[in-house]
Amino acid sequence: MPYSLIDTGKSRSFPAAHALTQGAAAAGDVVVVIGTDVARGLAGIQEREKKTAIVVELGTECLGVHTGESRGTEGSNVLGFARFRLGAAEPTKLVELVRQPNTDAAALAAAKKVFEDAGLTVAVCNDLPGRIVDRLIRPYLNAALRRLDEGLASADDMDTTLKLGLGYPEGPIALLERTGLAAHFDVAQALYEALGDAAYAPARRARVAKLRA
Amino acid sequence: MADIRTVGVAGCGTMGAGIAIVAARAGFRTLVYDTRAEALAKARKQSEAFFAKSVERGKLKPEQVSAILANLVGTSKLGDFKACDVVIEAVFEDLKVKHALFAQLDKICPAHTLFASNTSTISITEIAGGSGRDDRFVGMHFCLPAQLMKLVEMSPGLNTSEASFQAAWAFCQALGQHPVKTKDSPGFILNYFLIPFNNDAIRLVEAGVAEPAEIDKAIKDAMGYAMGPFELLDLVGMDTHLLVCEAMHGATHEPRAACPPLVRRMIAAGHLGKKTGRGFHVYKDSKIFGA
Ligand SMILES: NC(=O)c1ccc[n+]([C@@H]2O[C@H](COP(=O)([O-])OP(=O)(O)OC[C@H]3O[C@@H](n4cnc5c(N)ncnc54)[C@H](O)[C@@H]3O)[C@@H](O)[C@H]2O)c1
Repeated sequence: MPYSLIDTGKSRSFPAAHALTQGAAAAGDVVVVIGTDVARGLAGIQEREKKTAIVVELGTECLGVHTGESRGTEGSNVLGFARFRLGAAEPTKLVELVRQPNTDAAALAAAKKVFEDAGLTVAVCNDLPGRIVDRLIRPYLNAALRRLDEGLASADDMDTTLKLGLGYPEGPIALLERTGLAAHFDVAQALYEALGDAAYAPARRARVAKLRA
Repeated sequence: MADIRTVGVAGCGTMGAGIAIVAARAGFRTLVYDTRAEALAKARKQSEAFFAKSVERGKLKPEQVSAILANLVGTSKLGDFKACDVVIEAVFEDLKVKHALFAQLDKICPAHTLFASNTSTISITEIAGGSGRDDRFVGMHFCLPAQLMKLVEMSPGLNTSEASFQAAWAFCQALGQHPVKTKDSPGFILNYFLIPFNNDAIRLVEAGVAEPAEIDKAIKDAMGYAMGPFELLDLVGMDTHLLVCEAMHGATHEPRAACPPLVRRMIAAGHLGKKTGRGFHVYKDSKIFGA
C-alpha cells in the first residue's frame, strides 16, 4: 500500500526514524500526516476526497476537531491515530486508530494496513476522549498515587502486589517515576476537562510534580 | 511467640486446598478441615496430582512427596485443630460463617495459636472482632491458584498486636511466599485496583469506545500485560465478578467499584465467560476467537 507522509514537525508518535516514516513514497493513495500541526498538513492536501485514506496524528484532542462533526453521522476518508506513549518513554508498538460513525470502510482498512505493514499493532476505537489506553489507565494511576498518600501500603509493596498478583511488568508507582509524573498530570488534566469525571482529576503527587517541572 | 510447627487450614474449597498444598510443601504438618467430606476427598486428589506433577517436573523427589503427603491430613473434626499453632481460614465469604467458626476455634485452640483469614472483601478487624482473640488475628490474602502464586497480602486489624503480625509475617516467609503489608482496607491492594479497572474497561464497551477485542489488544500492547481485561473477566466469570463488585462497592461506595449494568445483562443472557463458552469473547475448545 503506497502512502505519502506529511511531517509538520515534533511528532510524538514518531520522534525518530521508523519503518513507517522511512517507507513513505513521494505520492500515494494514503496520506499520513504527523507532527503537532496536522491542521496545516491537512489543509495542504490537494483533492482530499480522492484519497483512499488520510490519517492524521492526534494529541489529546478528538478527530472531530479536524474534520468537523454532524449530528452523529460524521465520517469520511479522514481518520485519526496516535501511537501510544507514556510521557518520556519510547513510543510503544500500539497505534490507536480513530474512526467516526460513518468512516469509510475502505479508508479504515487501508489505514490499518499501512500501520501493520510498518510492524505496528492497530486497535480501532471511536472518537472519544482518551481513546482506549489513556481512558483506562489514568484513573488507575491516579488511584495508586492517592492510595500512596493515604498510606494503604508502601510504594514498593504496591508495585510488588501488582507485579506478583497480576503479572504486570511494572507497578504503577515505578511506571510513573520512569515515565514522568508531570506528563501524567498533563494527560489526566486534559481528560478531566473533557470527561468531567473525578477519577481523571490529577492526583496530588502529579500536581506537585507538575508545579516543580 | 511459640514456634509454628502445625498449620490448620479451615475450608478446603478453591483457596483452602491450594493453601494447604503451600503449607505442606513448606514442611509444616498441615491439618485441613471442611464440613463437606467431598471437599476433603477432592482436595486430597488435587494435592496428590499436584505433587505428582512436581515430581515429573523434577521440582521434588518422590521421597519428599511421600513425606509431604504424610504430613497433609484432612479431618472433619474441628477438635483436631487443638494441635495447630496457626489456623488459616478459607471458608465461605460470609461474616457470620467466619465468626461462628472462629468462636469454636477460640475454645479449641491453645492461647498461642494465631488466627488468619484469607477473606477477599470482609474487614479483618470485623472478623477478628468475633474471634475471641483479635490481638492474635491477621489478614493473609493468598492469590488464586495459591500453590502457584507467591503473593500474600498481609494486614493487621485495628487490635492486632505487633508481635502477632511479626510472627505471621515470618510464618508467611517460611511458607516460601512473598508477603506485602497493607492496611485492613476493602480489597486490600490487588482487588482495590483490579475491580475498578475491570469495571472501567466494561464501561468503555458500554460507552462504545471500542470492541472488547480491540481493548484487550491495546492494553496488552501498550502496557505489556499478559492478559487484557476482558480475557481476565471471562476467566473469572461475570457471576463472580458481580459478587466481588457488590462486596467492594458495599464497603466503599466508590463509583468505579459499582458493577456496570452490562454485567447483569450478560449474566441474564448466560454469557458468564469461558465456562459457558461465551463472555466478552466467544470460546470453542478453550481457544479465544476474535481476540
Ligand atoms: N476464589 C478466589 O479467587 C479467592 C482468592 C482469594 C481469597 N479468597 C477468599 O477465600 C475464601 C474461600 O474462597 P473459595 O473461593 O475457596 O471458596 P469455596 O466455596 O471454593 O470454598 C469454601 C470451602 O469452605 C467450606 N466451608 C464452608 N463453611 C465452612 C465451615 N463453617 N467450616 C469448614 N468449612 C466450611 C466449604 O465446604 C468449601 O469447601 C473466601 O473468604 C474468599 O473471599 C478467594
